[in-house]
Amino acid sequence: MTTETILQFLGLVVVASPAILLAALGLPLLAGIKLSEGSQARLTKASVVFALLAAIAILGLMLVTGLRNVPIELGNWVSIEDGHEHFHFHIKFVFDRLSVPFAILSLVLCGTVGAFASVYLHRENGYRRFFFLYALFLLGMVVSSLAGTIETLFFGWELVGLSSALLVAYFHERPGPVRNGLRVWSTYRIADAAFLIAALTMHHLTGAGDFDGLMGSGPWPNGVANIGSWQALVIGLLLLLAAAGKSGMVPFSGWLPRAMEGPTPSSAVFYGALSVHLGTYLLLRVSPLLDVSLPLRIIVIVLGLVSAIFGTLASRVQNDVKNALAFASLTQVGIITIEIGLGLQYIALIHMIGHACLRTLQLLRAPSVLRDHQMLEDAVGEHLTGDEVNPPKVSTAFELWMYRFALQRGNLDAILDDWIVRPFRKTFEYADSLERRWTDFLSGDNSRESDRVPPYSDSLEDVV
Amino acid sequence: MSELHLPWLELSVLLPLVGSIWVSLLKNRDQARTHSIVICGLTLLCAVGEWFDFSSLGTFEAHDHWDILQMIFHRDVFVIDELSAPLLPLGALLYLTTVMTTLRTKINRFSFGWTLISEAILLATLSCRHSWMIILLLTVAIIPPFIELRKRNQNTRVFLFHMGLFVLLIITGQLLVPDNASAANPPILAGCLLTAGALIRSGICPLHCWITDLFEKATFGTALLFVTPMTGAYAVMRLVFPIAPDWALQSIAILSLITAVYAAGMTLVQRDSRRFFCYLFLSHSSLVLVGLEMAKPIGLAGALCVWLSVGLSLLGFGLALRSVEARTGRLSLDTFHGLFEHTPFLASMFLLTGLASIGFPGTIGFIGMELLVEGAVEVYPLIGLAVVVAAALNSIAVIKAYFHVFSGKRHTAAVSLGCRPAERITILIIVVLIIGRGIIPQPGVQSRYHAARALLDHRNKKDEASRNKHTNYETDHTPLGQSQSTDINHE
Repeated sequence: MTTETILQFLGLVVVASPAILLAALGLPLLAGIKLSEGSQARLTKASVVFALLAAIAILGLMLVTGLRNVPIELGNWVSIEDGHEHFHFHIKFVFDRLSVPFAILSLVLCGTVGAFASVYLHRENGYRRFFFLYALFLLGMVVSSLAGTIETLFFGWELVGLSSALLVAYFHERPGPVRNGLRVWSTYRIADAAFLIAALTMHHLTGAGDFDGLMGSGPWPNGVANIGSWQALVIGLLLLLAAAGKSGMVPFSGWLPRAMEGPTPSSAVFYGALSVHLGTYLLLRVSPLLDVSLPLRIIVIVLGLVSAIFGTLASRVQNDVKNALAFASLTQVGIITIEIGLGLQYIALIHMIGHACLRTLQLLRAPSVLRDHQMLEDAVGEHLTGDEVNPPKVSTAFELWMYRFALQRGNLDAILDDWIVRPFRKTFEYADSLERRWTDFLSGDNSRESDRVPPYSDSLEDVV
Repeated sequence: MSELHLPWLELSVLLPLVGSIWVSLLKNRDQARTHSIVICGLTLLCAVGEWFDFSSLGTFEAHDHWDILQMIFHRDVFVIDELSAPLLPLGALLYLTTVMTTLRTKINRFSFGWTLISEAILLATLSCRHSWMIILLLTVAIIPPFIELRKRNQNTRVFLFHMGLFVLLIITGQLLVPDNASAANPPILAGCLLTAGALIRSGICPLHCWITDLFEKATFGTALLFVTPMTGAYAVMRLVFPIAPDWALQSIAILSLITAVYAAGMTLVQRDSRRFFCYLFLSHSSLVLVGLEMAKPIGLAGALCVWLSVGLSLLGFGLALRSVEARTGRLSLDTFHGLFEHTPFLASMFLLTGLASIGFPGTIGFIGMELLVEGAVEVYPLIGLAVVVAAALNSIAVIKAYFHVFSGKRHTAAVSLGCRPAERITILIIVVLIIGRGIIPQPGVQSRYHAARALLDHRNKKDEASRNKHTNYETDHTPLGQSQSTDINHE
């Protein structure tokens, strides 16, 4: 058995394990079979451990043999080949210096959070739902990390987006988490649209979605982009928009605190550690584009800088620990983006891994820290405050303005609402009213039955 | 012409037709429902048999074995080709699942007899390629929903106005089509009239209001059955596509694209669940039309794939919504209903089918949508990106509706709202098809691409034939070609 065969096999195990987990948790849901909490936890553990061991083995083999780029071709998922017409959906995974650490990071953090969640959510109503969405997320992360073509990356990217939005709305009997889930989903979809357009543009420029075609044949991060400066700028800006949406960078930062409505384990691994880094991971993957276009590089640095400053301001005035951590994450994501813009890819990768681990620990510890703090206060018999250490001082007008700005999170949500959402709604509501007038005119009276039929009338419950 | 091994097409039409008479005679509504399910099931079996039989022949078109209609009229009335072959099982599945998911509480207001008649009309339309026959069947198909609206004492003016205009335009247009019409020799006025008629039936903006009106006033099942088979798109393919030049088709595509984006935007401001569904459907059916009108193999293949995926996924989506409505009454999307805990199966189906319709990865719609976007961008690099915008808006609307219907509060129910066995079976069938075709998309894509190529080749051949005829005609009228033309005329 050659090294190549072993690597191929191990690569398949890394990708197949989460896919099998998803099937193992999803099919019983569909068939109406209730798996016990223990079974679900064991399945999750087994899947993560198999994938992690295989990923570590690949890393070991790559280090021993000196291989820096191991492509795993699964062939064409869909292929149309007919004269001048051709369409391919090529499935390819790449194990290199970027994808292997990120995949291992994803598996370690997902494994940790899976173990934590199996206890934390014990006897919760949504236990099965959580683990199903967790499996969807895990598969999405693994596929995104290892994707060798932009289509494969898009596939994983979408899975991550859906599972994240549904997990934000995990406590779905309250309207707050649901509204926040919808907000997250809407932001993600805008980012996804940008991603899809970038993928199409890339297809038209290079004739394929393979990263090798775009970034040259050199292993990451030494690839040289095969496209012109303007083309790199267009694709790069679209991908930057996608990354900004996924990582909650300015102006999309509004979803970050909203995402904290979900259960702590999902907040920790998804929005504190992995989801927020997926955007920067994408930027790292396409970092050779920055070498071709200086304006793109400058825009990336500026966006990172603005996000970092905004994150640090907002995190200092939050009055709950999860939100403070969310904005602190944004600060670090901003700095990582600056590092990418400056061409410090390895530093950015190390920063990303370190930050993800630290933030997961902090978020998982957050609920028990509060409890420990309260227990300590009970034991001491008085409130433990930092007032004596940091006594209040007279603030200048500028400081007050900054405080308000940070407290209102830069009014980013309000700006998006006022400038995008509201005009959009107004326009279509106006169109709706025009349609109503037209159908009323044709009917000769009120044409809308739905105006007259109140909800919940004539229901089965009423009939029974 | 190739021949199928059995008279599948005639059986598919005859079974529901005879069944409708039988069911109308039954006094017991429960019995009528059960018999309708059996008849629809048998019809689906025939339609699936036709599809497999046709696929095994490897031909562009085929007609029935023991073709009784041919013996009587001496012409092929029922012929299927690569376009219509998979649409028949889809249509039959649509009827079976709708009848199966009709709850007992609703059987008094849902006419099984008329439903079976409309199934026979639909399957006959899809089995038919003769222009006048298609026009006749499309016109007759208007009758069952019209009768239902009248029975429900609803105002039918909006429906009648649009459908009357549709019939008028399409008949006038067809009357003006000369025998030698083709894409190379297009009858402009006739083409415009036919296109306008077909676009009304497809619900292209601004002539789409009849669809929202129908969903408001008819039963959900009837509206779903009338609209979901996308007979307007079928009319475009049969009546307009063969005679319209590329530039005309691509202009229609832009109109469809505007409708797709407009309807997608409208889904986000709807307060009534039926109107929401209606706009969601309009947006998707317009996307199908966008691809059909591209007249390029990739775009056309994408449209044919999306036709099937949207047909299936929005069928599931509509049925899920209908089943929820059957339990709670008309749903407002202004408030939250929190039904997940009571109907987790329906919630899952609602979400899955909604995601499939927007082309979410791993579902039946994913590759079709990719092909469609690719085809649209190929023809109009910038405008084609509007397809992406429409898909993004639709996806937000789907999740918004899911959240409003199934979450946001704790619903207290006096009785169990869980799925009935028939509903559960329907859900499983649709889920298997959506995920199965999503995971293994190659056979479907290959078959649709082959169909797209065949349709374009067919159209090009007709063009060439028309050109040759035209050239011969010109030669015929030159003084030197007098003797030559006489020969041709004799031929």
